[in-house]
Amino acid sequence: MNALPDPVTLSTTLPPLSAGWGTVPKDRHVNEAEPVIACRNLWKVFGDRPDRILSRLNCNPSAEELRQSGLIAAVRDVSLTIGRGEMLVVMGLSGSGKSTLVRCLSRLIDVTSGAIIVEGRDIGAMTETELIDLRRRKMGMVFQSFGLLPHRTVVDNVAFPLEMRGQDRSTRIARAMEMLELVGLKGRESYFPRELSGGQQQRVGIARSLAVEPEIWFLDEPFSALDPLIRREMQDEFLRLKGMLSNTIVFITHDFDEALRLADRIAIMKDGAVEQCDTPERIVMSPATEYVAKFTSAVDRSRVVRAAALAIPAEGTGAEGQPVAAGQTLRDLARLIVSDSRAFIPVADAQGHVIGALDRQRAVDLLLGEPA
Amino acid sequence: MTAGQARVAWGLVALAAALVMLRESLPSGLVRPPEWMVLPFADWINAAFAFLRDDLGLMTLTRAFSDVMEACLDVTANLLYGKNRWPHLGPIPWSVIAVSAGMVGFALGGWRLAALAGGTFVWIAVMGQWQWAMETLSVILVATPFSVALGLGFGVLAWRSQAFERLLNPILNIAQSMPHFAYMIPVVVFIGVGPKAAAIVTIIFSVPPMIRMTLLGLRKVPPEVVESGKMSGATRWQLLTRVRIPTARTDILIGVNQVVMQCLAMVVLASFIGMPGLGQKLLQLLQALKIGLSIEIGITIVLLAVMLDRLSKAWAMKQPVHHMPGVRWIERHRLLLIWLGLVALTSALAWLHPYFIEVERKQALSMAGPVDASMKVFIRAMTPVTEWLRWFLITWVLIPLRDAFLWLPFAAVLLLLAGIGWAVGGRRSALVCLAFFLPIAMSGWWDRAMITVYMVCVSVLVAVLIGVPAGLWGAARPVRAARLLFLCDTFQTFPSFIYLIPVVMLFGVNDVAVVASVVVFATVPIIRYTIEGILGVPPEIVEASSMSGATRGQIMRHVQLPLALPTMMVGANQSVMFSLFMVIIAAFIGTQDLGQEMQRALSSTDVGKGLVLGFAVAFMGLMVDHLILRWSDGRHRSLGF
Ligand SMILES: Nc1ncnc2c1ncn2[C@@H]1O[C@H](COP(=O)(O)OP(=O)(O)OP(=O)(O)O)[C@@H](O)[C@H]1O
Ligand SMILES: [Mg+2]
Repeated sequence: MNALPDPVTLSTTLPPLSAGWGTVPKDRHVNEAEPVIACRNLWKVFGDRPDRILSRLNCNPSAEELRQSGLIAAVRDVSLTIGRGEMLVVMGLSGSGKSTLVRCLSRLIDVTSGAIIVEGRDIGAMTETELIDLRRRKMGMVFQSFGLLPHRTVVDNVAFPLEMRGQDRSTRIARAMEMLELVGLKGRESYFPRELSGGQQQRVGIARSLAVEPEIWFLDEPFSALDPLIRREMQDEFLRLKGMLSNTIVFITHDFDEALRLADRIAIMKDGAVEQCDTPERIVMSPATEYVAKFTSAVDRSRVVRAAALAIPAEGTGAEGQPVAAGQTLRDLARLIVSDSRAFIPVADAQGHVIGALDRQRAVDLLLGEPA
Repeated sequence: MTAGQARVAWGLVALAAALVMLRESLPSGLVRPPEWMVLPFADWINAAFAFLRDDLGLMTLTRAFSDVMEACLDVTANLLYGKNRWPHLGPIPWSVIAVSAGMVGFALGGWRLAALAGGTFVWIAVMGQWQWAMETLSVILVATPFSVALGLGFGVLAWRSQAFERLLNPILNIAQSMPHFAYMIPVVVFIGVGPKAAAIVTIIFSVPPMIRMTLLGLRKVPPEVVESGKMSGATRWQLLTRVRIPTARTDILIGVNQVVMQCLAMVVLASFIGMPGLGQKLLQLLQALKIGLSIEIGITIVLLAVMLDRLSKAWAMKQPVHHMPGVRWIERHRLLLIWLGLVALTSALAWLHPYFIEVERKQALSMAGPVDASMKVFIRAMTPVTEWLRWFLITWVLIPLRDAFLWLPFAAVLLLLAGIGWAVGGRRSALVCLAFFLPIAMSGWWDRAMITVYMVCVSVLVAVLIGVPAGLWGAARPVRAARLLFLCDTFQTFPSFIYLIPVVMLFGVNDVAVVASVVVFATVPIIRYTIEGILGVPPEIVEASSMSGATRGQIMRHVQLPLALPTMMVGANQSVMFSLFMVIIAAFIGTQDLGQEMQRALSSTDVGKGLVLGFAVAFMGLMVDHLILRWSDGRHRSLGF
């Protein structure tokens, strides 16, 4: 084993620890070999007749160059694969192209160049009927500014996708009521969107996207309008659903804590390009670019990094005594790390096998926020 | 304005002035359009129409359409005033209609609207005008749905296809600046006269605003709402019918409001093509100078206008409200049940006593007799004043001005317009002005057109002289401003015809009456936009200048007026449009302008002539519209709004 075990393999090989990660174990079967969504060299250029720079896109024109011809690259040269059951969180500053990327993946807008493969089919080449069919059967989306139909009641809004599927009224109303109960809007079903607060409207949007049990679920800042309490509740609910449904999720947020709670992988975007797409730990511990480092500098590392990530081979360290669990973050272990007197603490996986040793000094440094 | 632009503009104006100076020694070809310039547009149009009618067999198509129209009209006529046609149910007693209108008013806007709607019908009934009012309403009731459907259809098409929109836009522009009469003549040719023709001309006239509002509404639908519809798997048709149109509801219903108001205005005017009803009665009474009855009918028309406007606006603005869960059916449909109860009650009343079915004329509460008598006294008392005013205005203002306008060499007028165009928007605008005015010279109606121009100029000038101070006075206090705006809003809902009643009463039938009615009609938008312009000046700017020690007068002159000017110019634009319409309508009380010719074309059903005259009026309006829009665009840009 190397000095630093690969977190990807760890997170998939390590069984869950109940005391560990949030309230829900991370035992999702992320199957990298079977990508649900894959995109290659995706470009989305806004402006007047963007096709005129099409030929120059493979030589990667700079933003300045594009601006001179009156164009903005909202998504530039993005290649991603999202595996079945994986949850990808997209982050980045305002205007970095997150919403545009998701709109491209759902083909709400046509890309300027590049291909998007969803379940083995190029959605750019789909006919309108095929696309409608795909959306009716597989996709759901929560919109940043809700996109509710103002003339329909809450329950009719939630039932709208079912109506498009052609379900009869009583079935779809029953299903919609179920979804409303799930997001805590029971009793408001006959309200109109205008009569709800922003957070309530957002929950209607979430309920609507859930009504069809989407296999592919796009969420554009779904919790941004919620107050901290409800947000926390919704996140828990969300994690529970995620565990149950095993659907593939692309999730946009500005909130790093949220990203850390939810993400399998995080993609960081800047000016349309994906700077890094990796597990939370890797993003924090080994940022690919200076921008990512800066972006994550305020993050409390101890809450991201797990014991396993800091473990070095146990031989020769003399680590002994009670081991700590590999899946726990340093924050979870803080009290132990501070009060323990050993220089090295053994790290054990769920079966109790020692897989390495934790350098206590390094862990303390990290806990105190000093550069490791 | 750049320096070069100003130089060219002044050059053109100076040239025009030189032509005016040298008028006596000009060749006649510069004073009036020479023979070779005047083209027989009217003959061409007539030939085209003859081709459409006879060779293309359009006649059968229009006949078929008018048969459909007639069938619909028969139904409403039977229901509203008991015409002996299918479904042989009517007439619905007036008391039933009045309580129903009251209930609709209550459902849409509470007690006040209920009182307005119910009260209007009670007034109509007890004043003995039921038959006439119902004749008018029966046409509106048929025309409105057709217009709305057509407007919605064309609006959706224009929204779908850019090419179609580009084609439609200029047509709509011209259509919306054509005077009412210009629409009537082709309809008379194809359909004839009577309610059928009135309904069709009303539909054609009221479609354009519906198209515009549909287009506007569909464009305004938030993209995320459409996207959420797409992600729900909606097809294009489902997106249109279940997402886009419902979301654009308010704008579309405002379009309906405009359709209703246009319909009312047109139906009243359609009396000129044999439409019975309120308009025809008013026309006859005015011509016979029966003031008392005209006032009563005028009040009816005004009440109908205000009621229809408020009801349809309330409908547009009404947002759905939810019911609490567990509310019983009876509670949810309370209004419906109350309405049914009231209908049963009034039907019983009507069954007991025929007074509640229709009020006969001899039972009517009409006060025409006493009103006429007191009016006679009043008018006699006013006669010295009005006589003098009339004499003074006609001999010292109107006739000299008219002669001056007629005296101007046509080349000088064109040069002057080109100069103004150049000053406002450079070469392009100069060319646009010429393109609009040259055809008027080429139509052969130059003198008539100049008389129209003179009347519009005088009226708008007087309207500005009255309207701007009134607006400034109104804008000084918020409460006053709100009241005045409300008043202007109400006045703008009146069909233009109404404005003739008081002026005919005071001045009789002549030029002064025409100018006076046009002035009244044209002052309303000036007052309104002056107030809106002044209120729209950002308060920080006013506060900043009063902190710099400016007096109220100084603030008004140096801050508020300049900043409000672009908005005020929008008012001036509307004022010019209204004046043009009104001058043409007022023709029947005696003018010698394009309007009079238009009336002649109408009575001799000369399509070519009528349309040429209509285009002449439309082009005048469009030219002013272009100039003012260009000017205020430039102004807005330089003010940085
Ligand atoms: N329809 C459009 N036309 C032109 N430019 C657009 C359009 N949509 C987005 N853009 C531009 O693309 C860039 C990315 O926008 P996008 O909405 O994807 O940002 P975002 O990352 O979602 O931001 P936020 O966090 O504020 O939602 C922005 O510069 C925006 O101005
Ligand atoms: Mg966004």
